[in-house]
Amino acid sequence: MLRDALLVAGKDLRIELRSRVAIGQVVPFALVVLLLFGLALGPSVGRGSVLYSAAAGLFWIAVLLATVLGVQRSFSIEAVDGASDGLRLSGLDPAGIFLGKAAAIGCELLVLELILALASALLYDRPLTGAVLLLATCAVATVGLVAIGTLYGAVSLGARQRETLLPLLFFPMVAPLLLAATKSWEEAYGTSGHQGTGWLDVLAVFAVAYLAIGTVAFGPLLEDA
Amino acid sequence: MIPVISLRDVVALSGRFPLLAGVTLDVQQCEIVHLRGANGAGKSSLLRMLSGLVPITAGSAMVLGHDLVVDRISVRRELALLGHASFLYDDLTVEDNVRFALRASRAEGARASRAEGARASRAEGARASRAEGAAGSLTGADGAQQALARLGLAGRLRTTRVSRLSAGQRRRAAIAVVVARRPRLWLLDEPHAGLDASGRLLVDELVLEARDAGATIVFASHELDNAERLADRTVEVSGGRVVEVANEAPGATPLVDGVVGEPAHEEDIGVDVA
Repeated sequence: MLRDALLVAGKDLRIELRSRVAIGQVVPFALVVLLLFGLALGPSVGRGSVLYSAAAGLFWIAVLLATVLGVQRSFSIEAVDGASDGLRLSGLDPAGIFLGKAAAIGCELLVLELILALASALLYDRPLTGAVLLLATCAVATVGLVAIGTLYGAVSLGARQRETLLPLLFFPMVAPLLLAATKSWEEAYGTSGHQGTGWLDVLAVFAVAYLAIGTVAFGPLLEDA
Repeated sequence: MIPVISLRDVVALSGRFPLLAGVTLDVQQCEIVHLRGANGAGKSSLLRMLSGLVPITAGSAMVLGHDLVVDRISVRRELALLGHASFLYDDLTVEDNVRFALRASRAEGARASRAEGARASRAEGARASRAEGAAGSLTGADGAQQALARLGLAGRLRTTRVSRLSAGQRRRAAIAVVVARRPRLWLLDEPHAGLDASGRLLVDELVLEARDAGATIVFASHELDNAERLADRTVEVSGGRVVEVANEAPGATPLVDGVVGEPAHEEDIGVDVA
Protein backbone atom coordinates (compact mmCIF):
# COMPACT_ATOMS: atom_id res chain seq x y z
CA MET A 1 0.00 0.00 0.00
CA LEU A 2 2.76 2.46 0.91
CA ARG A 3 4.65 1.60 -2.26
CA ASP A 4 1.54 2.36 -4.28
CA ALA A 5 1.00 5.57 -2.31
CA LEU A 6 4.55 6.74 -3.07
CA LEU A 7 4.07 5.90 -6.75
CA VAL A 8 0.82 7.88 -6.99
CA ALA A 9 2.17 10.80 -4.95
CA GLY A 10 5.26 10.92 -7.18
CA LYS A 11 3.09 10.89 -10.28
CA ASP A 12 0.84 13.71 -9.03
CA LEU A 13 3.76 15.84 -7.87
CA ARG A 14 5.52 15.31 -11.20
CA ILE A 15 2.39 16.48 -12.99
CA GLU A 16 2.32 19.56 -10.74
CA LEU A 17 5.98 20.30 -11.43
CA ARG A 18 5.30 20.09 -15.16
CA SER A 19 2.02 22.03 -15.19
CA ARG A 20 2.71 24.43 -12.26
CA VAL A 21 -0.99 24.95 -11.59
CA ALA A 22 -0.58 25.12 -7.80
CA ILE A 23 2.28 27.62 -7.95
CA GLY A 24 0.89 29.58 -10.86
CA GLN A 25 -2.79 29.72 -9.90
CA VAL A 26 -3.64 28.35 -6.46
CA VAL A 27 -1.02 30.32 -4.50
CA PRO A 28 -1.86 33.65 -6.21
CA PHE A 29 -5.56 32.94 -5.66
CA ALA A 30 -5.03 32.39 -1.92
CA LEU A 31 -2.89 35.52 -1.65
CA VAL A 32 -5.62 37.54 -3.37
CA VAL A 33 -8.14 36.17 -0.87
CA LEU A 34 -5.94 37.32 2.03
CA LEU A 35 -5.61 40.73 0.38
CA LEU A 36 -9.37 41.02 -0.12
CA PHE A 37 -9.96 40.20 3.55
CA GLY A 38 -7.54 42.99 4.35
CA LEU A 39 -9.43 45.43 2.12
CA ALA A 40 -12.79 44.39 3.56
CA LEU A 41 -11.77 44.52 7.23
CA GLY A 42 -8.97 47.09 7.10
CA PRO A 43 -7.40 49.47 6.65
CA SER A 44 -6.22 49.54 10.27
CA VAL A 45 -3.77 46.80 11.19
CA GLY A 46 -1.78 45.91 14.27
CA ARG A 47 -2.81 45.25 17.87
CA GLY A 48 -6.49 46.02 18.55
CA SER A 49 -7.59 45.96 14.91
CA VAL A 50 -10.15 43.54 13.47
CA LEU A 51 -7.55 42.06 11.17
CA TYR A 52 -5.20 41.47 14.09
CA SER A 53 -7.90 39.58 16.03
CA ALA A 54 -9.23 37.65 13.07
CA ALA A 55 -5.89 36.80 11.44
CA ALA A 56 -5.99 33.13 12.39
CA GLY A 57 -9.52 32.60 11.04
CA LEU A 58 -8.83 34.50 7.84
CA PHE A 59 -5.69 32.46 7.26
CA TRP A 60 -7.57 29.18 7.61
CA ILE A 61 -10.46 30.31 5.40
CA ALA A 62 -7.94 31.15 2.69
CA VAL A 63 -6.37 27.71 3.19
CA LEU A 64 -9.76 26.00 2.87
CA LEU A 65 -10.58 27.82 -0.36
CA ALA A 66 -7.18 26.92 -1.78
CA THR A 67 -7.63 23.30 -0.68
CA VAL A 68 -10.75 22.99 -2.81
CA LEU A 69 -8.79 24.19 -5.83
CA GLY A 70 -5.97 21.76 -5.06
CA VAL A 71 -8.34 18.82 -4.72
CA GLN A 72 -10.22 19.78 -7.88
CA ARG A 73 -6.95 19.96 -9.77
CA SER A 74 -5.83 16.60 -8.39
CA PHE A 75 -8.99 14.90 -9.64
CA SER A 76 -9.36 16.89 -12.86
CA ILE A 77 -6.13 15.27 -14.13
CA GLU A 78 -7.84 11.91 -13.61
CA ALA A 79 -10.90 13.01 -15.57
CA VAL A 80 -9.04 13.71 -18.84
CA ASP A 81 -8.90 11.03 -21.55
CA GLY A 82 -9.99 8.18 -19.30
CA ALA A 83 -7.08 8.56 -16.87
CA SER A 84 -9.25 7.48 -13.94
CA ASP A 85 -10.06 4.24 -15.77
CA GLY A 86 -6.33 3.81 -16.35
CA LEU A 87 -5.72 4.31 -12.65
CA ARG A 88 -8.36 1.70 -11.79
CA LEU A 89 -6.90 -0.70 -14.35
CA SER A 90 -3.35 -0.15 -13.10
CA GLY A 91 -3.74 -2.71 -10.35
CA LEU A 92 -2.79 -0.23 -7.64
CA ASP A 93 -4.23 -0.68 -4.17
CA PRO A 94 -7.14 1.81 -3.83
CA ALA A 95 -5.98 2.66 -0.31
CA GLY A 96 -2.54 3.39 -1.77
CA ILE A 97 -4.11 5.64 -4.41
CA PHE A 98 -5.99 7.50 -1.67
CA LEU A 99 -2.91 7.99 0.48
CA GLY A 100 -0.79 8.94 -2.52
CA LYS A 101 -3.19 11.56 -3.82
CA ALA A 102 -3.69 12.92 -0.30
CA ALA A 103 0.07 13.09 0.25
CA ALA A 104 0.63 14.98 -3.01
CA ILE A 105 -2.10 17.52 -2.20
CA GLY A 106 -0.73 17.74 1.34
CA CYS A 107 2.80 18.60 0.13
CA GLU A 108 1.42 21.37 -2.07
CA LEU A 109 -0.80 22.62 0.75
CA LEU A 110 2.04 22.80 3.28
CA VAL A 111 4.06 24.99 0.92
CA LEU A 112 0.99 27.16 0.37
CA GLU A 113 0.38 27.48 4.13
CA LEU A 114 3.97 28.61 4.67
CA ILE A 115 3.58 31.32 2.04
CA LEU A 116 0.16 32.37 3.37
CA ALA A 117 1.37 32.48 6.97
CA LEU A 118 4.18 34.85 6.04
CA ALA A 119 1.80 36.91 3.88
CA SER A 120 -0.81 37.20 6.64
CA ALA A 121 1.87 38.25 9.14
CA LEU A 122 2.93 41.01 6.77
CA LEU A 123 -0.51 42.10 5.56
CA TYR A 124 -2.22 42.07 8.97
CA ASP A 125 0.84 43.03 11.01
CA ARG A 126 0.35 39.91 13.11
CA PRO A 127 3.64 38.37 14.32
CA LEU A 128 3.79 34.57 14.12
CA THR A 129 4.24 33.80 17.81
CA GLY A 130 4.14 30.25 19.16
CA ALA A 131 5.80 28.89 16.06
CA VAL A 132 5.91 25.28 17.24
CA LEU A 133 2.16 25.12 17.84
CA LEU A 134 1.49 27.00 14.59
CA LEU A 135 3.55 24.49 12.64
CA ALA A 136 2.06 21.48 14.45
CA THR A 137 -1.44 22.82 13.76
CA CYS A 138 -0.63 23.27 10.08
CA ALA A 139 0.74 19.72 9.85
CA VAL A 140 -2.16 18.02 11.60
CA ALA A 141 -4.90 20.18 10.05
CA THR A 142 -3.40 19.58 6.61
CA VAL A 143 -3.65 15.82 7.10
CA GLY A 144 -7.34 16.18 7.98
CA LEU A 145 -8.06 18.59 5.13
CA VAL A 146 -6.44 16.47 2.46
CA ALA A 147 -8.05 13.28 3.78
CA ILE A 148 -11.52 14.84 3.58
CA GLY A 149 -10.74 16.57 0.30
CA THR A 150 -9.42 13.42 -1.36
CA LEU A 151 -12.39 11.40 -0.17
CA TYR A 152 -14.90 13.89 -1.57
CA GLY A 153 -12.77 14.39 -4.65
CA ALA A 154 -13.42 10.74 -5.46
CA VAL A 155 -17.15 11.23 -4.79
CA SER A 156 -17.31 14.12 -7.24
CA LEU A 157 -14.98 12.56 -9.84
CA GLY A 158 -17.73 10.98 -11.92
CA ALA A 159 -20.23 13.78 -11.46
CA ARG A 160 -20.98 16.11 -14.34
CA GLN A 161 -21.13 19.08 -11.96
CA ARG A 162 -18.03 18.16 -10.00
CA GLU A 163 -16.70 21.74 -9.87
CA THR A 164 -19.70 22.84 -7.82
CA LEU A 165 -20.38 19.53 -6.08
CA LEU A 166 -16.99 19.31 -4.37
CA PRO A 167 -17.23 22.61 -2.43
CA LEU A 168 -20.80 21.74 -1.49
CA LEU A 169 -19.67 18.46 0.06
CA PHE A 170 -16.31 19.66 1.35
CA PHE A 171 -17.04 22.86 3.27
CA PRO A 172 -19.65 21.47 5.70
CA MET A 173 -17.39 18.53 6.52
CA VAL A 174 -14.35 20.70 7.25
CA ALA A 175 -16.22 23.20 9.43
CA PRO A 176 -15.02 21.46 12.63
CA LEU A 177 -11.46 21.47 11.28
CA LEU A 178 -11.70 25.18 10.50
CA LEU A 179 -12.88 25.85 14.05
CA ALA A 180 -10.23 23.67 15.69
CA ALA A 181 -7.37 24.96 13.52
CA THR A 182 -8.36 28.58 14.13
CA LYS A 183 -8.64 28.03 17.89
CA SER A 184 -5.31 26.22 17.93
CA TRP A 185 -3.63 29.13 16.14
CA GLU A 186 -5.24 31.54 18.60
CA GLU A 187 -3.77 29.44 21.41
CA ALA A 188 -0.39 29.80 19.72
CA TYR A 189 -0.93 33.57 19.40
CA GLY A 190 -1.92 33.72 23.07
CA THR A 191 -5.26 35.40 22.29
CA SER A 192 -7.55 32.49 23.13
CA GLY A 193 -7.54 32.96 26.89
CA HIS A 194 -6.08 29.56 27.66
CA GLN A 195 -2.87 27.78 26.84
CA GLY A 196 -2.28 24.19 25.83
CA THR A 197 -2.83 21.91 22.90
CA GLY A 198 -6.48 20.99 23.39
CA TRP A 199 -7.59 22.03 19.90
CA LEU A 200 -4.58 20.33 18.38
CA ASP A 201 -5.79 17.10 19.95
CA VAL A 202 -9.21 17.63 18.37
CA LEU A 203 -7.54 18.19 15.00
CA ALA A 204 -5.54 14.99 15.43
CA VAL A 205 -8.69 12.98 16.12
CA PHE A 206 -10.31 14.36 12.94
CA ALA A 207 -7.19 13.68 10.90
CA VAL A 208 -6.85 10.08 12.04
CA ALA A 209 -10.57 9.40 11.66
CA TYR A 210 -10.73 10.73 8.11
CA LEU A 211 -7.53 9.01 7.09
CA ALA A 212 -9.01 5.72 8.30
CA ILE A 213 -12.36 6.34 6.60
CA GLY A 214 -10.67 7.39 3.38
CA THR A 215 -8.40 4.36 3.31
CA VAL A 216 -11.41 2.07 3.54
CA ALA A 217 -13.97 4.01 1.50
CA PHE A 218 -11.87 5.38 -1.36
CA GLY A 219 -11.86 2.13 -3.36
CA PRO A 220 -15.65 1.74 -3.58
CA LEU A 221 -16.02 5.46 -4.30
CA LEU A 222 -13.49 5.27 -7.13
CA GLU A 223 -15.29 2.27 -8.59
CA ASP A 224 -18.60 4.13 -8.55
CA ALA A 225 -17.13 7.30 -10.06
CA MET B 1 -8.48 -27.00 -20.46
CA ILE B 2 -9.87 -24.17 -18.35
CA PRO B 3 -10.80 -21.22 -20.58
CA VAL B 4 -9.14 -17.87 -19.99
CA ILE B 5 -12.58 -16.29 -20.33
CA SER B 6 -15.80 -18.05 -19.39
CA LEU B 7 -18.99 -16.01 -19.47
CA ARG B 8 -22.46 -17.37 -18.83
CA ASP B 9 -25.55 -15.20 -19.37
CA VAL B 10 -23.73 -12.08 -18.23
CA VAL B 11 -25.89 -9.02 -17.76
CA ALA B 12 -24.42 -5.58 -17.10
CA LEU B 13 -26.35 -2.37 -16.63
CA SER B 14 -25.54 1.31 -16.66
CA GLY B 15 -28.26 2.72 -14.46
CA ARG B 16 -31.37 1.18 -16.05
CA PHE B 17 -29.76 0.88 -19.47
CA PRO B 18 -28.61 -2.63 -20.40
CA LEU B 19 -25.03 -2.67 -21.65
CA LEU B 20 -24.83 -6.46 -21.89
CA ALA B 21 -27.99 -8.53 -22.07
CA GLY B 22 -26.92 -12.11 -21.43
CA VAL B 23 -23.51 -12.78 -22.96
CA THR B 24 -22.22 -16.35 -23.10
CA LEU B 25 -18.68 -16.78 -24.37
CA ASP B 26 -15.62 -18.97 -23.85
CA VAL B 27 -12.12 -17.97 -24.93
CA GLN B 28 -9.15 -20.33 -24.66
CA GLN B 29 -5.57 -19.39 -23.84
CA CYS B 30 -3.57 -18.07 -26.82
CA GLU B 31 -6.68 -17.41 -28.86
CA ILE B 32 -7.16 -14.22 -30.86
CA VAL B 33 -10.85 -13.38 -30.85
CA HIS B 34 -12.37 -10.62 -32.97
CA LEU B 35 -15.56 -8.95 -31.73
CA ARG B 36 -17.64 -7.74 -34.65
CA GLY B 37 -20.81 -5.70 -34.49
CA ALA B 38 -22.53 -2.44 -35.27
CA ASN B 39 -22.03 0.72 -33.27
CA GLY B 40 -23.70 0.35 -29.90
CA ALA B 41 -23.85 -3.45 -30.18
CA GLY B 42 -21.99 -3.88 -26.88
CA LYS B 43 -18.42 -4.62 -28.00
CA SER B 44 -16.79 -1.92 -25.89
CA SER B 45 -19.03 -2.76 -22.94
CA LEU B 46 -18.03 -6.41 -23.24
CA LEU B 47 -14.33 -5.47 -23.23
CA ARG B 48 -14.81 -3.15 -20.25
CA MET B 49 -16.73 -5.84 -18.40
CA LEU B 50 -13.92 -8.32 -19.06
CA SER B 51 -11.41 -5.82 -17.67
CA GLY B 52 -13.40 -5.50 -14.46
CA LEU B 53 -14.46 -1.89 -15.07
CA VAL B 54 -18.15 -2.67 -15.51
CA PRO B 55 -19.97 -4.45 -12.67
CA ILE B 56 -21.96 -7.58 -13.45
CA THR B 57 -25.64 -7.55 -12.55
CA ALA B 58 -26.45 -11.19 -13.32
CA GLY B 59 -24.78 -14.30 -14.71
CA SER B 60 -21.30 -15.64 -14.08
CA ALA B 61 -17.93 -14.47 -15.38
CA MET B 62 -14.53 -16.07 -14.85
CA VAL B 63 -11.54 -14.25 -16.34
CA LEU B 64 -8.00 -15.55 -15.81
CA GLY B 65 -9.31 -17.60 -12.90
CA HIS B 66 -10.92 -14.60 -11.19
CA ASP B 67 -14.64 -14.59 -10.50
CA LEU B 68 -15.67 -11.10 -11.60
CA VAL B 69 -18.98 -11.33 -9.76
CA VAL B 70 -17.09 -11.63 -6.47
CA ASP B 71 -13.98 -9.55 -7.20
CA ARG B 72 -13.43 -7.50 -10.34
CA ILE B 73 -10.30 -5.72 -9.10
CA SER B 74 -7.70 -8.48 -8.72
CA VAL B 75 -7.90 -9.47 -12.38
CA ARG B 76 -6.80 -6.02 -13.52
CA ARG B 77 -3.18 -6.71 -12.62
CA GLU B 78 -3.06 -9.47 -15.21
CA LEU B 79 -4.73 -7.80 -18.17
CA ALA B 80 -4.52 -4.59 -20.16
CA LEU B 81 -7.29 -2.68 -21.88
CA LEU B 82 -6.72 -0.43 -24.86
CA GLY B 83 -9.86 1.69 -24.93
CA HIS B 84 -11.17 4.54 -27.00
CA ALA B 85 -9.55 6.86 -24.45
CA SER B 86 -5.78 6.72 -24.10
CA PHE B 87 -5.75 6.45 -20.26
CA LEU B 88 -2.65 8.69 -20.38
CA TYR B 89 -1.80 11.80 -18.35
CA ASP B 90 -1.52 14.85 -20.60
CA ASP B 91 1.06 16.64 -18.46
CA LEU B 92 3.45 13.67 -18.24
CA THR B 93 5.84 12.66 -20.97
CA VAL B 94 5.28 9.49 -22.94
CA GLU B 95 8.05 7.76 -21.00
CA ASP B 96 6.66 8.92 -17.64
CA ASN B 97 3.28 7.46 -18.54
CA VAL B 98 4.69 4.11 -19.60
CA ARG B 99 6.96 3.88 -16.55
CA PHE B 100 4.09 4.74 -14.21
CA ALA B 101 1.87 2.06 -15.74
CA LEU B 102 4.71 -0.45 -15.61
CA ARG B 103 5.56 0.24 -11.97
CA ALA B 104 1.91 0.21 -10.99
CA SER B 105 1.34 -3.16 -12.59
CA ARG B 106 4.41 -4.56 -10.87
CA ALA B 107 3.07 -3.78 -7.43
CA GLU B 108 1.84 -7.33 -7.36
CA GLY B 109 4.02 -8.49 -10.21
CA ALA B 110 5.92 -11.15 -8.36
CA ARG B 111 2.76 -12.87 -7.21
CA ALA B 112 1.23 -12.72 -10.68
CA SER B 113 4.39 -14.11 -12.24
CA ARG B 114 4.43 -17.05 -9.87
CA ALA B 115 0.77 -17.80 -10.58
CA GLU B 116 1.38 -17.47 -14.30
CA GLY B 117 4.38 -19.76 -14.17
CA ALA B 118 2.45 -22.40 -12.27
CA ARG B 119 -0.50 -22.28 -14.66
CA ALA B 120 1.71 -22.29 -17.71
CA SER B 121 3.70 -25.30 -16.57
CA ARG B 122 0.51 -27.25 -16.10
CA ALA B 123 -1.19 -26.23 -19.27
CA GLU B 124 1.03 -25.42 -22.15
CA GLY B 125 4.44 -27.01 -22.34
CA ALA B 126 6.25 -25.74 -25.38
CA ARG B 127 4.12 -22.66 -25.81
CA ALA B 128 4.62 -21.72 -22.19
CA SER B 129 8.37 -21.96 -22.65
CA ARG B 130 8.15 -19.44 -25.45
CA ALA B 131 5.97 -17.30 -23.22
CA GLU B 132 8.55 -17.35 -20.44
CA GLY B 133 11.24 -16.41 -22.91
CA ALA B 134 9.28 -13.54 -24.33
CA ALA B 135 8.25 -12.50 -20.86
CA GLY B 136 11.84 -12.35 -19.76
CA SER B 137 12.73 -10.08 -22.62
CA LEU B 138 10.56 -7.31 -21.23
CA THR B 139 10.70 -7.83 -17.52
CA GLY B 140 14.01 -6.00 -17.12
CA ALA B 141 14.47 -2.46 -15.95
CA ASP B 142 14.29 -1.26 -19.54
CA GLY B 143 10.88 -2.79 -20.27
CA ALA B 144 9.48 0.69 -20.82
CA GLN B 145 12.31 1.62 -23.17
CA GLN B 146 11.81 -1.53 -25.21
CA ALA B 147 8.09 -0.93 -25.50
CA LEU B 148 8.67 2.68 -26.55
CA ALA B 149 11.26 1.64 -29.11
CA ARG B 150 8.90 -0.97 -30.50
CA LEU B 151 6.16 1.61 -30.97
CA GLY B 152 8.52 4.11 -32.61
CA LEU B 153 8.49 6.43 -29.61
CA ALA B 154 12.10 6.05 -28.48
CA GLY B 155 13.50 9.26 -29.91
CA ARG B 156 12.46 12.81 -29.14
CA LEU B 157 8.86 11.69 -28.64
CA ARG B 158 9.89 9.75 -25.54
CA THR B 159 10.34 12.98 -23.59
CA THR B 160 7.43 14.81 -25.19
CA ARG B 161 4.34 15.57 -23.14
CA VAL B 162 1.33 13.53 -24.19
CA SER B 163 -0.69 16.74 -24.66
CA ARG B 164 1.64 17.67 -27.54
CA LEU B 165 1.27 14.40 -29.42
CA SER B 166 -0.83 13.87 -32.51
CA ALA B 167 -3.78 11.49 -32.28
CA GLY B 168 -1.78 8.69 -33.90
CA GLN B 169 1.22 9.22 -31.64
CA ARG B 170 -1.05 9.26 -28.63
CA ARG B 171 -2.52 5.94 -29.79
CA ARG B 172 0.98 4.50 -30.12
CA ALA B 173 1.78 5.66 -26.59
CA ALA B 174 -1.33 3.96 -25.28
CA ILE B 175 -0.34 0.75 -27.07
CA ALA B 176 3.18 1.08 -25.61
CA VAL B 177 1.62 0.95 -22.13
CA VAL B 178 -0.12 -2.31 -23.03
CA VAL B 179 3.07 -3.79 -24.48
CA ALA B 180 5.19 -2.74 -21.51
CA ARG B 181 2.79 -4.29 -19.02
CA ARG B 182 2.93 -7.65 -20.81
CA PRO B 183 -0.50 -8.75 -19.70
CA ARG B 184 -1.83 -12.29 -19.96
CA LEU B 185 -5.02 -10.96 -21.52
CA TRP B 186 -5.07 -8.15 -24.09
CA LEU B 187 -8.39 -6.36 -24.50
CA LEU B 188 -8.18 -4.05 -27.49
CA ASP B 189 -10.97 -1.70 -28.55
CA GLU B 190 -10.41 -0.62 -32.15
CA PRO B 191 -6.63 -1.03 -31.88
CA HIS B 192 -6.03 0.15 -35.47
CA ALA B 193 -8.03 3.37 -35.09
CA GLY B 194 -6.05 6.53 -35.70
CA LEU B 195 -2.92 4.72 -36.86
CA ASP B 196 -1.16 5.01 -40.19
CA ALA B 197 -0.44 1.98 -42.39
CA SER B 198 2.81 1.10 -40.62
CA GLY B 199 1.13 1.48 -37.26
CA ARG B 200 -1.65 -0.91 -38.26
CA LEU B 201 0.85 -3.49 -39.41
CA LEU B 202 2.76 -3.04 -36.16
CA VAL B 203 -0.38 -3.67 -34.13
CA ASP B 204 -0.95 -6.90 -36.04
CA GLU B 205 2.64 -7.96 -35.37
CA LEU B 206 2.34 -7.16 -31.68
CA VAL B 207 -0.87 -9.14 -31.39
CA LEU B 208 0.64 -12.18 -33.05
CA GLU B 209 3.79 -11.94 -30.93
CA ALA B 210 1.73 -11.66 -27.77
CA ARG B 211 -0.25 -14.73 -28.77
CA ASP B 212 2.98 -16.63 -29.45
CA ALA B 213 4.21 -15.54 -26.02
CA GLY B 214 1.20 -17.14 -24.38
CA ALA B 215 -1.20 -14.22 -24.12
CA THR B 216 -4.86 -14.24 -25.11
CA ILE B 217 -6.23 -11.38 -27.20
CA VAL B 218 -9.81 -10.17 -27.57
CA PHE B 219 -10.27 -7.17 -29.83
CA ALA B 220 -13.11 -5.19 -31.36
CA SER B 221 -12.68 -3.84 -34.84
CA HIS B 222 -14.73 -2.52 -37.73
CA GLU B 223 -11.91 -3.27 -40.18
CA LEU B 224 -13.35 -6.64 -41.03
CA ASP B 225 -10.89 -7.89 -43.66
CA ASN B 226 -7.84 -7.16 -41.58
CA ALA B 227 -9.44 -8.30 -38.34
CA GLU B 228 -10.67 -11.62 -39.66
CA ARG B 229 -7.25 -12.32 -41.16
CA LEU B 230 -5.66 -11.67 -37.78
CA ALA B 231 -8.18 -13.49 -35.62
CA ASP B 232 -8.55 -17.19 -34.90
CA ARG B 233 -12.24 -16.63 -34.37
CA THR B 234 -14.83 -13.93 -34.99
CA VAL B 235 -17.69 -13.31 -32.60
CA GLU B 236 -20.71 -11.28 -33.64
CA VAL B 237 -22.11 -9.00 -30.95
CA SER B 238 -25.55 -7.48 -31.28
CA GLY B 239 -27.92 -5.91 -28.79
CA GLY B 240 -25.59 -6.68 -25.91
CA ARG B 241 -25.47 -10.38 -26.74
CA VAL B 242 -23.15 -12.76 -28.57
CA VAL B 243 -25.28 -13.87 -31.46
CA GLU B 244 -22.95 -15.68 -33.83
CA VAL B 245 -19.54 -17.26 -33.83
CA ALA B 246 -17.46 -17.83 -36.94
CA ASN B 247 -14.18 -19.72 -37.50
CA GLU B 248 -14.52 -21.57 -34.24
CA ALA B 249 -11.16 -22.83 -33.03
CA PRO B 250 -10.73 -26.61 -32.87
CA GLY B 251 -11.27 -27.90 -29.36
CA ALA B 252 -12.90 -24.73 -28.13
CA THR B 253 -16.08 -24.94 -26.11
CA PRO B 254 -19.06 -24.28 -28.37
CA LEU B 255 -20.24 -20.74 -27.96
CA VAL B 256 -23.95 -20.51 -28.06
CA ASP B 257 -26.28 -17.82 -26.98
CA GLY B 258 -29.44 -18.75 -28.75
CA VAL B 259 -30.90 -15.28 -29.03
CA VAL B 260 -30.21 -13.55 -32.28
CA GLY B 261 -30.35 -10.08 -33.52
CA GLU B 262 -32.74 -7.80 -31.70
CA PRO B 263 -31.48 -4.98 -29.52
CA ALA B 264 -31.77 -5.68 -25.81
CA HIS B 265 -34.65 -4.36 -23.77
CA GLU B 266 -34.92 -4.34 -20.01
CA GLU B 267 -37.73 -6.91 -20.04
CA ASP B 268 -35.65 -9.29 -22.18
CA ILE B 269 -32.70 -9.63 -19.88
CA GLY B 270 -34.37 -11.28 -16.95
CA VAL B 271 -33.31 -8.90 -14.21
CA ASP B 272 -35.22 -6.34 -12.27
CA VAL B 273 -33.78 -2.98 -13.16
CA ALA B 274 -36.37 -0.94 -11.32
